[in-house]
Amino acid sequence: MRAALIILLFWCALPLRAEEVIAGLSQNRVSLTVNFEGSEILIFGAVRREALLPADSDLDVIVAVEGPPQPAVIWRKARRLGIWVNTDAQEVRAAPSFYAVATTRPLRDILSPEADLTHRISTRLAIFEARGVSDRTDPAAFTEALIRIREEQGLYQSRYEAVTLERDTLFSTRILLPKTIVEGSYSARIFLVRNGDVIDEFETFIDVQKAVLERWLTNLAYEQPFLYGLLALALAVFFGWGASALFRLVRS
Amino acid sequence: MQIYLPIAETSVNAFTLLGVGGGVGLLSGMFGVGGGFLITPLLFFIGVPPAVAVATGVNQVVASSISGVLAHLKRKTVDLRMGTVLLIGGLIGSIIGIWFFNLMSRLGQIDLIVQLSYVIFLGIIGALMLQESLRALIRSKNPTAPRRKLHIHTWVHNLPFKMKFRTSGLYISVFPPLAVGMGVGILAAIMGVGGGFILVPAMIYLLGMPTKVVIGTSLFQVTFVAAFTTMMHAITNQSVDVMLAIFLIVGGVVGAQFGTRIGLKLRAEQLRILLAILVLSVSGKIAFDLLWTPSEFYSITVPGRF
Repeated sequence: MRAALIILLFWCALPLRAEEVIAGLSQNRVSLTVNFEGSEILIFGAVRREALLPADSDLDVIVAVEGPPQPAVIWRKARRLGIWVNTDAQEVRAAPSFYAVATTRPLRDILSPEADLTHRISTRLAIFEARGVSDRTDPAAFTEALIRIREEQGLYQSRYEAVTLERDTLFSTRILLPKTIVEGSYSARIFLVRNGDVIDEFETFIDVQKAVLERWLTNLAYEQPFLYGLLALALAVFFGWGASALFRLVRS
Repeated sequence: MQIYLPIAETSVNAFTLLGVGGGVGLLSGMFGVGGGFLITPLLFFIGVPPAVAVATGVNQVVASSISGVLAHLKRKTVDLRMGTVLLIGGLIGSIIGIWFFNLMSRLGQIDLIVQLSYVIFLGIIGALMLQESLRALIRSKNPTAPRRKLHIHTWVHNLPFKMKFRTSGLYISVFPPLAVGMGVGILAAIMGVGGGFILVPAMIYLLGMPTKVVIGTSLFQVTFVAAFTTMMHAITNQSVDVMLAIFLIVGGVVGAQFGTRIGLKLRAEQLRILLAILVLSVSGKIAFDLLWTPSEFYSITVPGRF
């Protein structure tokens, strides 16, 4: 809330535009703690307006939250000798690890394809396919599969009419970050849309980090794998031998 | 209650994990097996990435066999010389297995390789166990039937580099135990198992070791090979999840204590038939998954992640 207030002060000092968006997040830090099972973020804001409310067009709000991009390989199975095997693969240069779009109305009704391309708002445009000619007959099928699988996992979300806009001024939406999200900086972009065009944009960030113990274990595993392996063995020996010694003690 | 697994980067229900560990521990106590061959596929079923399931499964094997090997060492029912030869083979096998595992991961085929190994090895072992225990059951009802000769000396035992294994009372070439140990090492690295289910029959029927030292010696080899394989997985592909391991181990140790008591009350033949059916059903379930037309033909891998 305090961050939102500070931004509000800055925003008052900015030169005027017809309609401007200002937004805040319920939290801009997510900690992947030992009992993390997903997190819900409230994104809210207001539209500031100098002139009168234009009567000739409708105002819409789009909220897009994007996780750190990663390269990915999409595999397709085919039956070989009776069993299902990964046979074809297609690489994607960068696909967001998380991507959620929430809007006041269906995206295609409020945003022109040109504006979508400029701002890369719809999920399909957030994925960068590998350059170069593909030898596949259907490269799009792989990208569609990527979106479909991640939608099922809750990692990609297209939630139309999930943003509530009150009196063309106050808006809010909730974005659910599932338990499988990765660490990194997540961007939250908020667009004001009129006549198919973006009239104002606001961007803020959410920092997703593993908690202290989880962070320490991951760092150890990747930076000191030998020590990490020894730790894993020590725990196994301690619990394996220790527990049976304890049971023997209890019984005698 | 959900538990976040820092290496697998997902959360799993803590009670499910304790249940898997405890259930497998119970069975391993009842049947006297390590249980790695059950832990790893069960982890696949609850959504742990296969690479993490294999590496963490092998870490769990260390915990479940350590107290056994200490007990056998104290009772002097370990053929240390044979154990060392088997272990050398096991370490070589583990290195080969890890290399193959990482190669297949890069090629996107590791899930298939792991599943196929499970189907093949569990299928064969389960079928052999079922046949053997059914035969034993028939024999126990008909005591006049001739008994099979325990140890048959074949050409394999006469290969060069013969060695005396005094505790086992054997004078055989080192190649058969080296090969057996190597095979077990490869399986440990690829399947995340201890390999006792292969090692014990191989020691009895192939090497002709006396049953008195078989369990202790196999535990000795399994513990060290599993420890080495855990280190190799941790170093080469960072897929050991200690958070996951702790839950499995705690569940497993407690389960095993109860399993041992239940096992004492059941008859050996019945136990073996039950174990054979269990092994066959795990194998069958995985085979079904490979053969059945999947609902989703596509899958995603992210390089550097599981």
